[in-house]
Amino acid sequence: MSANDFLLGGFAPAPESTDHFEIKKSYDLFIGGKWVKAAKRFETTNPATGEVLSEVALAGKKEVNQAVKAARKAYGEVWSKLSGAERGKYLFRIARLLQERAREFAVVESMDGGKPIRESRDVDVPLAAAHFFYHAGWADKLAYAFPGAGVSPIGVVGQVIPWNFPLLMAAWKIAPALACGNTVVLKPAETTPLTALKLAELFEDAGLPAGVVNIITGAGETGKALVEHPYVDKVAFTGSTAVGKEIRRSVAGTGKKFTLELGGKAANIVFEDAAVNEAVEGIVNGIFFNQGHVCCAGSRLFVQESIADTVIKKLKKRMESLVVGNPLDKNTDVGAINSVEQLERIKELVKAGKEEGACIWQPSGGLPRKGNWFKPTLFTECAQSHRIVQEEIFGPVLVIQTFRNPQEALTKANNTPYGLSGGVWTDKGSKIFKMTAGLNAGVVWANTFNKFDPTSPFGGYKESGIGREGGLHGLSAYCNLSH
Amino acid sequence: MSALKLAVTMLDVTTLEGADSVGKVRQMCQKAMRPLPGDPSVGPAAAVCVYPRMVKTAAKAVEGSKVKVAAVATQFPSGQMRLKERLAEVRYAVGEGADEIDMVISRGQFLQGEYRAIYDEVAACKECCGEARLKVILETGELTTYDNVRYASDMAMSAGADFIKTSTGKVPIAATLPVTLVMLQAIEDFYERTGRMVGMKPAGGISNAKLALQYLVMVREVLGPKWLDNDWFRFGASSLTNDLLMQIRKQETGRYQSGDYFSQD
Repeated sequence: MSANDFLLGGFAPAPESTDHFEIKKSYDLFIGGKWVKAAKRFETTNPATGEVLSEVALAGKKEVNQAVKAARKAYGEVWSKLSGAERGKYLFRIARLLQERAREFAVVESMDGGKPIRESRDVDVPLAAAHFFYHAGWADKLAYAFPGAGVSPIGVVGQVIPWNFPLLMAAWKIAPALACGNTVVLKPAETTPLTALKLAELFEDAGLPAGVVNIITGAGETGKALVEHPYVDKVAFTGSTAVGKEIRRSVAGTGKKFTLELGGKAANIVFEDAAVNEAVEGIVNGIFFNQGHVCCAGSRLFVQESIADTVIKKLKKRMESLVVGNPLDKNTDVGAINSVEQLERIKELVKAGKEEGACIWQPSGGLPRKGNWFKPTLFTECAQSHRIVQEEIFGPVLVIQTFRNPQEALTKANNTPYGLSGGVWTDKGSKIFKMTAGLNAGVVWANTFNKFDPTSPFGGYKESGIGREGGLHGLSAYCNLSH
Repeated sequence: MSALKLAVTMLDVTTLEGADSVGKVRQMCQKAMRPLPGDPSVGPAAAVCVYPRMVKTAAKAVEGSKVKVAAVATQFPSGQMRLKERLAEVRYAVGEGADEIDMVISRGQFLQGEYRAIYDEVAACKECCGEARLKVILETGELTTYDNVRYASDMAMSAGADFIKTSTGKVPIAATLPVTLVMLQAIEDFYERTGRMVGMKPAGGISNAKLALQYLVMVREVLGPKWLDNDWFRFGASSLTNDLLMQIRKQETGRYQSGDYFSQD
């Protein structure tokens, strides 16, 4: 039995195949139902290999203007005149087409963004479809969603989305906008444009009327032009707090509606009476899901002092078994860091953590040579005054502090400019209610983490943003309500 | 492939029927010793598992091979008898030549909250076992909650169990992956605390190779490769054997063979 390779080696590679779909050499802008060329172009790469996947158009002011006008035309002439039931039919069709092409979308998402195929396959794509299904159901029932209120669409919505959940964020934004009768100009992040462009192809297949959704690619300047365009009636943004603040300044006084979903530094609080093994799984899921590129990541761990040693020991053991590598391998737990810039940002903060005196620990395994990688990392001996505790790292880096009693945990957990999410681990129900009510965060999980559902509103307090997405709260952000 | 072959060596090939006869047990022992005739790289199985009256027959049949003889005892499967008689059964089975004893705990008493009695009966059985290794069947399907499973696992290990085992196979809910995970975690924590390794045996309901591999992966992930040895991990199963063999042949030849090519014992 000694020569048994199941005992000796790692798991055999199980890569998802990439021969069942096509990524075109180049993509144009999807404006008014047509593919429109732009003067400039830029490349999108696979962060796990550095290989160029495709070249996409860079929308300038002119193209942004064209897209917003196309959306306005479609709003006035077609979409706002359709009945809710008709709008719902399109959304149901989009949801079903997305399910049919789930594998393709999952693989492209992993290639362009670096996330493990297990996550894109089991989380991103199914949830994206679920958002279309959920909002399709509301399209003809808006009067019942907001009883007693007059419900009307807002107009043209400008949407700017991040690179951590490219397809899912597109679905979060587009589905409620269309359900309520708005038209859309969406700009995906510059490092991850491909699934949004594939989604545009899917809209063509679904026969969605021209101009109802326009997809323009580009970087910060493109997004800025979209947000500032005078014909945009509402801005929906997910991304960094810094950009969120800029957007809020630029829409001030314009009468534009806006929702912002920004950064976070969530506290994950583990009590001594928690189911420890499950809590360890939850901690791992909370911070290493999607390489920690999650605005609601459980990036600050608070452990009750009495079980801190046990939890940290088990956590280290669990981290040793995490598979870091090829995002397309079905065994992979942690994929590639999305971009060189993000990798630099993570490295900078980790360096600061070491200099400030926190103790770093990383598992022993190696990393692939090509591509952008960072090992799952934890810091012990952290203090509230450390930069790594205060600033959002947006990478696979967990900072651990201990606490002595519930009040101390709450005080430290809330001592941050962010307020997006939080987690509590205990077997005692009363403690759950006390703690979750005390956490100043938009989303709190008890004995679980990173659970999402289209029926549940998502969004933050303080510098984590304003407005909610999902559920009735999210729906109301895409309507004008009159009482 | 290597995992499939490993799984074969972890089998406790089992027959626990009222109809078990000398002939039936002998046939099964042959299969345990040479699962795939002509291919010595496959097997032998870890043990055969029988009722006490069949121990002598089984011991004779596997004599000279690596296959061990396990006997269920302590009024298997219900355990509803006085401790005195249940211990006598253990002594009888060991006397007949059993290398391993699979005991059942008194679930009724456990659910009544008489935890002390459970600890005592396991400790007493361990004493009667002498050299034989003791597997403690919790019958997780009757304990019903993970909390109970965890508590019973901790108690059995503290009282001296060499293995903890999920089920008798005689109640509708037998081994499941989640229940096994809870028990593996208990074993891990016990090992961390005491330094003593305890084995795990899921039994009942593991009828195909794919599921067996999922169990092996879970053991590897929770306890590590050290436990992937038939001293520390077993499958209690009857129909699993032939599916493992069929999958091994499939891996070798690229084709599925008819069921007629695998012996029904």
